[in-house]
Amino acid sequence: MTGLLSGKDLCLLRGDRCLFQQLSFALNPGELLLVEGANGSGKTSLLRGIAGLLDFETGHISWDGQKTLDDFQGFRLDLVWLSHRVGFKGELNLLENLQFESALRPSSMQKTEAVIERLGLARLTGLPFRYLSAGQQRRVALARMLLAEARLWMMDEPFTNLDKAGQSLVAELIAEHLTNDGLCVVASHQTVEIDAPTRRVTLQ
Amino acid sequence: MSGQEKQVPGLLGGFGAIIRRDLLLAWKRPGDVLNPLFFFAMVASLFPLAVGPSPEQLMLNGPGVVWVAALLATLLSLNSLFLSDFEDGSLDQIILSPQPLPLLGLGKAAAHWLLSGLPLVLVSPLIAMTYRMPGDIIGVMMLSLALGTISLSLLGAIGAALTVGLNRGNALLSLLILPLAMPILIFGARTVSLAAAGDPVAAGIYFLAAYCMLALTLAPFATAAALKISNE
Repeated sequence: MTGLLSGKDLCLLRGDRCLFQQLSFALNPGELLLVEGANGSGKTSLLRGIAGLLDFETGHISWDGQKTLDDFQGFRLDLVWLSHRVGFKGELNLLENLQFESALRPSSMQKTEAVIERLGLARLTGLPFRYLSAGQQRRVALARMLLAEARLWMMDEPFTNLDKAGQSLVAELIAEHLTNDGLCVVASHQTVEIDAPTRRVTLQ
Repeated sequence: MSGQEKQVPGLLGGFGAIIRRDLLLAWKRPGDVLNPLFFFAMVASLFPLAVGPSPEQLMLNGPGVVWVAALLATLLSLNSLFLSDFEDGSLDQIILSPQPLPLLGLGKAAAHWLLSGLPLVLVSPLIAMTYRMPGDIIGVMMLSLALGTISLSLLGAIGAALTVGLNRGNALLSLLILPLAMPILIFGARTVSLAAAGDPVAAGIYFLAAYCMLALTLAPFATAAALKISNE
């Protein structure tokens, strides 16, 4: 299988339990990879493995024809990550947090105002991050993805804590990203309705 | 999106940003900085009450007490070095950044030194005066403390990175770091004692500086590897 992002013969052990083995996938620009499965089936582990946060027992991930272990920088320039723990500092406000992020990866900070407006965060920019509700915190995490100039979005349960409007906003943003030739890997236990070419990986 | 030239943030950008962020956090949460400093001042000022206030004894014990107190205060502050980043998920973002992880780890250690080591160095003359150390050795003491605390921050970052995923890793952290910190303590305290006796101190200072350089070159890589393991 070939694709811009691909995984070959992946196997992951947690303790003495095998979460999955001989798992392969390939993903091209404009496509969505949906990782499905029950709680504890290894969705998060698979995503963390693809991102390079943990090592697979066997197999490897390739990005643009290069193994990500050999060229981690090229891969990470194109990667932005969203998970349960949003990764912002509670004491700093939204802008200070995003400002710090912009030093970590290529991002277009001149879009900040428009992005904040679109996500409905305009009134909250001066507040320390910890005063925001869980849903609002997730929206700030979405701002990170929109500001990062990354082709690959990796999202672990992107719909949790969000209200109806927020959930459809996430679906809309993902669809938009895919039309712009982006790639998206989403792990979710909910049914996801996104109008885009979708590949599925189902974990037992 | 594709084909466009990307604005990649510079290496010093990431390093500087992490220091700036940690200093800003400390400004908004000053207890983290003040606690080790109070601890340092408290240990150092309780000692004379216990061993007796005679000037000869104070002068004899002074360098050792200041150094032990500084070492313990630094150990105390190390535990929280990566803890909040680990808990709120910032560590994922830092590891997944295209910036080299050793450099970001070095940034964390540098911020730690600015927030714990440097204040200790600046407060130490006050302690030295209570121990009646002569004015001309205070410079030597500050220099030795500065070199020693830089090494401690760098080495401590390795231990903090290794134990960040463990509950109550504090004791383990001390066990890991103390063997590496022994040479710093021995040479640091001895150098100040030599200065107090009027002997040449260059050798001790050179050793501390060499140790500091060694830590500066090797510790960031060990910290980066440890962070990756702990964050799995």
